[in-house]
Amino acid sequence: MSDGNEQGGRPDTVAPAIELRGISKAFGPVQANKDIAIRVMPGTIHGIIGENGAGKSTLMSILYGFYKADRGEIFISGKKTEIPDSQAAIAAGIGMVFQHFKLVENFSVLENVVLGAEDGARLKPSLAKARLLLTDLAKEYELNVKPDALIEDLSVGYQQRVEILKALYRKADILILDEPTGVLTPSEADHLFRILKGLRDEGKTIILITHKLREIMDVTDTVSVMRRGEMTATVKTAETSPEELAELMVGRKVLLRVDKKPATPYASVLEVENLRVVDENGVERLKGIDLQVRGGEILGIAGVAGNGQSELLHVLGGYMNGTGNIRVNGNEIDLTGKHSDGQSRRERGIAHVPEDRHREGLILDFFAWENMIFGYHQAPEYQKSRWFMDNNAIKQATAEKMERFDVRPPITGLTAKNFSGGNQQKIVLAREIERDPELLLVGQPTRGVDIGAIEFIHQQIVALRDKGKAILLVSVELDEIMSLADRIAVMFDGQIMGERLPSETDERELGMLMAGITDTGRADTASSTGAQRVDNPGIGV
Amino acid sequence: MDFLTLLQILDTTVRLATPLLFACLAGLYSERAGIFDIGLEGKMLAAAFFSAAIASVSGSVWIGLLAGIGASLALSIVHGLASITFRGNQLISGVAINFLASGLTVLIAQDWFQQGGRTPSLGSEARFNEIELPFVDAFANIPWFGLIYSELISGHSILVYVALLAVPLTWYILFRTRFGLRLRAVGENPAAVDTAGISVIWLRYLAVAICGILCGLAGAYLATSLQAGFVREMSSGRGFIALAALIFAKWRPWYALFSCLLFGFFQALSFRPDVVKAVTQVEIPGQLLDALPYILTVVILAGFVGKAIPPRAGGEPYVKER
Repeated sequence: MSDGNEQGGRPDTVAPAIELRGISKAFGPVQANKDIAIRVMPGTIHGIIGENGAGKSTLMSILYGFYKADRGEIFISGKKTEIPDSQAAIAAGIGMVFQHFKLVENFSVLENVVLGAEDGARLKPSLAKARLLLTDLAKEYELNVKPDALIEDLSVGYQQRVEILKALYRKADILILDEPTGVLTPSEADHLFRILKGLRDEGKTIILITHKLREIMDVTDTVSVMRRGEMTATVKTAETSPEELAELMVGRKVLLRVDKKPATPYASVLEVENLRVVDENGVERLKGIDLQVRGGEILGIAGVAGNGQSELLHVLGGYMNGTGNIRVNGNEIDLTGKHSDGQSRRERGIAHVPEDRHREGLILDFFAWENMIFGYHQAPEYQKSRWFMDNNAIKQATAEKMERFDVRPPITGLTAKNFSGGNQQKIVLAREIERDPELLLVGQPTRGVDIGAIEFIHQQIVALRDKGKAILLVSVELDEIMSLADRIAVMFDGQIMGERLPSETDERELGMLMAGITDTGRADTASSTGAQRVDNPGIGV
Repeated sequence: MDFLTLLQILDTTVRLATPLLFACLAGLYSERAGIFDIGLEGKMLAAAFFSAAIASVSGSVWIGLLAGIGASLALSIVHGLASITFRGNQLISGVAINFLASGLTVLIAQDWFQQGGRTPSLGSEARFNEIELPFVDAFANIPWFGLIYSELISGHSILVYVALLAVPLTWYILFRTRFGLRLRAVGENPAAVDTAGISVIWLRYLAVAICGILCGLAGAYLATSLQAGFVREMSSGRGFIALAALIFAKWRPWYALFSCLLFGFFQALSFRPDVVKAVTQVEIPGQLLDALPYILTVVILAGFVGKAIPPRAGGEPYVKER
C-alpha cells in the first residue's frame, strides 16, 4: 500500500530532510567517520547498513548531538543547523530510538513520554495532554500502549513503541532507529515496519540503522552502506540486491547461504525423553521434550525467544535441574544431584556455547587466555604441578586457538570486553570446539556478530558436524536455522510443536509452528491468527 | 502507665525523630537522584558545630542556622565534585566526609573556644526555643484532645514543624512536579534523562545541594534546639540511623516519616526505663535499651524487612555511552 510513495516521484526542488556534508570524527587515533556525505529526502525510509564498528552509530550520535563532529556541516530541511547537544537535536525535529532503550523502567508509559518535554513545573497538565496525544497516535499508527502501564511490565516490542511515542510527542519529523529489530520477534518486527511505513506515508523521514540485509530490502526506499568509517555507496533499494549490499559492507564477496554438503548422520548421540523443567516460580518451562540428535547432523531449534529454548540449553548444559531421561551415546546423564553440573557434562563430552556470551560464556574483565580455559581449567596440560597452573602453556594454547579461529586482534593478554562481539564469540567457540566434544550445544551463535564473522562461525559449526559430531543449535533467527540446520524442531510454550526438514518447509510454516499452530492443512486461514497470537501478549489500549 | 506518660514519651519521640527525619529526607533527595550518601552523619555533625559556634559568637540562632547549612552545603559540594564531576566512588567520598567532619569539628572547636572540643553553652537567644501554639488554653478543657494538643502537638521548636512540613512537601515535589519526575528519572536511568536533553550533572548537583541544606537543618536542630551547644560526636550515628530509616521507608517520604518516628520512639524509650519496666514487667538493662535503635538499624540494613529496591542507577557515576 505504501510502496508507491518513492522519492523518485518527487520534484528535485524539495530540500533533503537531512543533508550531511564532509562529516569527520576521530576518537584518538581511530577515525570513526571519514568525510561522510549523505542526503535523505523527506518522506522516505533510508537505511544505513554496515558491520559493527563501521561508524553508523557514531554518525547518528553526531546527528543527535551526543558527539560533536570534528569537521563537516549538517543541514536540516535545507537549513544549516548546529547540533551541540540532544536538546538542539530535539528542537531540530530529530527523534532517536536507541538500540538499548532509554526508558525509566519503573515509570509509567506516560511519565516516560513526558520526561524532558513537560509543559510546566506541575506535572498534571503535561500528563493529561500526553494521554490525549497517545490515544490519537495509537489510532493513527497502530501504536497502542496502555498509558499507565509500567515499562518493566511491557514486552520489548511495546517498550520500543514507547520510544517511538516519545519521539513523536516531541514532534520529531526525522526518526532515527538504531538496530531496532535486534530484540524483536519476527512478528513484532513486522509490526514495527508497518508502523514505520505508516509514519513515512504521513511525511516523516525515517533513518533505519541495521546490519540485517533482509530488513533493508523489505522496508527501505534508499540505502547507504558504511564501511570502516566511510560511506561507500548510496543506492535505491529497488535497484540493488542483498548480495551487492553484503559485498559493499564487507569489501569482498560474502556467502549469504551456508556452504555445506548434505548431512550424513550416524548413530544417535543425544536422546532426550520426556524432559520437564519447573522454574523457581513453579512455572513449568519444559513440558515433556522428546528429541534426538545424531552424530553428523545439526538439529536446529526454532522458536520465539522465551518458549523454553534457554531452559533446554541450561538443563542439557548442566546448570538447571530437570526430570526425564537424557542419554549421551547411550549413557544416562544425571539431571539432578551432585553429578548434574557443567563439569560432569563436559566429562561426558557435552560442550556448550551459551546464548548469552557476556553473562554465561565469558568473564568480560578477564584476559582472553583466562577465558579460553574456563570449564577446562583442570585439564592436565594446563597444570604445572598439583597447586600451580602453567600459565605459559595456557597462553601458548590460547594463541594457537586464536589463530585457528581467526580471533582479531590475536592478543592473548587482552581482556574479553575489548574484543568485538564476533571475536568474543569466536573465543567461546574455539574453547568449546577445540575440546572435540561429542555433542555441541550452541545458543544464538551469531547474535550481535557481524556478517564476516557469521560466515566463519557457521563454517566452524558445519566443520564439526562433518567430523561426525552432534550439534544442537538454538536460534531465534529463522534465517540461521533454515540455512544451518539439517533438521528443524520448533518449540512453543515448552513443547516441541513439530519437526521439519529445511528442504520441505518454509518460513511461513515454521512461523505458524512458532506461534503454536499445528494445523498445517489450513495454512492460509491459520497464518493470520498465528500472527495475532504472538503479536498480542495481552497489553493494548 | 497513664495517658500523660504516654504523651510524654511520644513528645520525646517527636523531638528525637526530627533530626532523623531531616537527614532521612536529605538522603532521599540525594539517593533518588542516584547519589548514595553515607556522609549524612558528617554533614550533620559539621552543621551542628558551625550552627552552635556561630550562634554562640553572634548571639543569633538564625545566623547560626545559616552557618550550619552553609557548612553542610560545602561538604555536599565536595561530595558532588567527587562523585558527579570526577565520577569517584560515592561510598569512599562519604566515608571521607564523615572522618573530616569528625576530626575538624573538634579541632576547630578547641582552637576557637578552648573548652575541650565543645562550644560554650548557648543562651536562650542563641537557641531555637519551644513555641507555644495558639489555642492551648482554649483547648485545655476538651478531654483527651486538650492534653494531646498541649503536650504533644504544641511546644516544639520551629524546626520540628519545618521537618514535619517537609514530608508532604517532599512528596509533592517528588511525585507531582516536573523537577521531581526528572529527579526520580535521573536516579533510575540517567541515560533516559540525558537523551531527553536534560543535564544529568546539573540535576544531580541540585539534589546533592538539597541534601546539604536538609542535613544542615538536622545538625542545627541537634546543637541549637535539642541541646544547647555542640559536643564532640554529638550526631552519635544519627546519620546512619537515618540511612537505615530511608531503606526501611523504601525511599518514600511518608514512609520516611513513620520509620523515623519508629526510630525516635526506640530512642525515647531508653530515656524511660521505668516505663518500659512497668509495661513489660521485665527488667531490661539500660544499655540494651540504649542500643535498641542501633540494633534495629543493623537488622534493617541486613535486609530483614522485606524487599527494598534502591534507585537503579544509585552509586553509579554517569558516563555518556557511545
